[in-house]
Amino acid sequence: MINLVQTYFIEVMTIILYCLLIFVPLLLGVVMALYADRKIWAAVQKRRGPNVVGPYGLFQVPADGLKFIFKEIILPDGSDKTVFLIAPIITLALSIAAWAVVPVQAGVVLANINVGILYIFAISSLGVYGILMAGWSSNSKYPFFGALRSAAQMVSYEVSIGFVIITVLLCVGSLNLTEIVMAQKTMWFFIPLFPMFIVFFISALAETNRPPFDLPEAESELVAGYQTEYSGMPFVLFMFGEYINILLMCAMTTILFLGGWLPPIDIYPLNAVPGFVWFLLKVTFVFYLFAMVKAFVPRYRYDQLMRLGWKVFLPLSLFAVVATSSILFFFNLAPGM
Amino acid sequence: MTAQLLTFYLFSGVILISSLMVISTKNPVHSVLFLILSFLNAAGLFVILHAEFLAMILIIVYVGAVAVLFLFVVMMLDFKTSINKDNILQYIPIGILIGVVFIAELIIVLINTKFDLTNIQVLPNPLSDFTGKSNTEAIGSVLYTDYILYFQLSGVILLVAMIGSIVLTLREREGVKRQVVSEQLQRQGKIDLVDVKPGKGVDI
Repeated sequence: MINLVQTYFIEVMTIILYCLLIFVPLLLGVVMALYADRKIWAAVQKRRGPNVVGPYGLFQVPADGLKFIFKEIILPDGSDKTVFLIAPIITLALSIAAWAVVPVQAGVVLANINVGILYIFAISSLGVYGILMAGWSSNSKYPFFGALRSAAQMVSYEVSIGFVIITVLLCVGSLNLTEIVMAQKTMWFFIPLFPMFIVFFISALAETNRPPFDLPEAESELVAGYQTEYSGMPFVLFMFGEYINILLMCAMTTILFLGGWLPPIDIYPLNAVPGFVWFLLKVTFVFYLFAMVKAFVPRYRYDQLMRLGWKVFLPLSLFAVVATSSILFFFNLAPGM
Repeated sequence: MTAQLLTFYLFSGVILISSLMVISTKNPVHSVLFLILSFLNAAGLFVILHAEFLAMILIIVYVGAVAVLFLFVVMMLDFKTSINKDNILQYIPIGILIGVVFIAELIIVLINTKFDLTNIQVLPNPLSDFTGKSNTEAIGSVLYTDYILYFQLSGVILLVAMIGSIVLTLREREGVKRQVVSEQLQRQGKIDLVDVKPGKGVDI
């Protein structure tokens, strides 16, 4: 046992260090994303947004966080206490775990595994459990409806996301995220696969329960959906998990379609900029699109949402898989052939 | 004891305990959650075996899709009345019987096959050489090249089962209004935009 500790102590410590290297910037990113979200939303509606706490209201999000930390955690009577408290932890832990395989620059990634894209897909498909457990354990009508809606929505849109990922994989020939980015050296995939880019973007909105697909927490019908009974720190965990998932979807869009850390054109002043700067810029741009959609698209009705997922996106993406593989096969473009 | 062995014991220990909890908890929802936990740890065992593709597919298919539907159904049940755990002891004899039969079969199989991993190449297999291939490629070439017929056949069987269950449960109900999007979009000409003067109202 002592031998084991001696052998693996340094490895475990480096892994913990790497985890912190992911977690701390991610936390900062979430704070900035929350602030940017509110500011953009306000600007579209000609309001000023958060502008009191700190310069330009920059400290509004940390102040809100601090407020939540000191609030009392209310456990509803009749709720399933264990499941109730585990649910937000699962949501946050899963959303952070997915970031382990995201490459921000050539070679800068915690785990460069062969099945990276499948790993992200698997982890994000687990995210539905946090929501289902929260809705069920609250033992209340609104959270339960919110959870059911959310679960059905996430499962539906996962299908089309899966097919879009397959079209990209057909052009790459590998499941490794780094190789997916390197395959876009000549042309970013959003040019040849533009319809799939749109499908992925909209499905990403639905997958993360963002407006216009935020029916699980539609406040006009369901109070706050599955989060209704949560307060204090568990609520913050949900909030953070949600925003980390949104950032993950932005990063996925960047990696799959916008060329990851690659510069737009491979010429001198542009390719001298370190890769992670490009990556951050692209993620920020995609997040800006997310925030703009939130600001000016009205909420969908639930049957419209399901119709879009199953009757429009699923046939479209299924057709795209067949079309892409046929084109790659007949013009001998398929990688590894 | 290596780290690999340690993780193996961790994963399989959690599998054993959570499978035990699946059948012993009073609440069906907790049972499903423990079932999911044991699925997850089984995926962990696959990762230890360097079968990372299988592990991910296990999580995506079983945990991400099948178990969600399972949980859905169980959550809808009114479990407070449907499960009576008082006379659980009456199931013990038949449980023991099934267990004994199962263990006996396992022992017979293990004795007769002379469980030997070094001998596994002797089995009649059309498998090609997989050196230097990732296990995604290996599974793909076996499934879609060597066994394409069986793969297609099982796909067709699943399709037939799916269509069959849809047909069996489909009910045409009278008087149900449905939204037809294409009709709605073609309604131009029937809609007028009217500039209403204040205080005047509009004739319909």
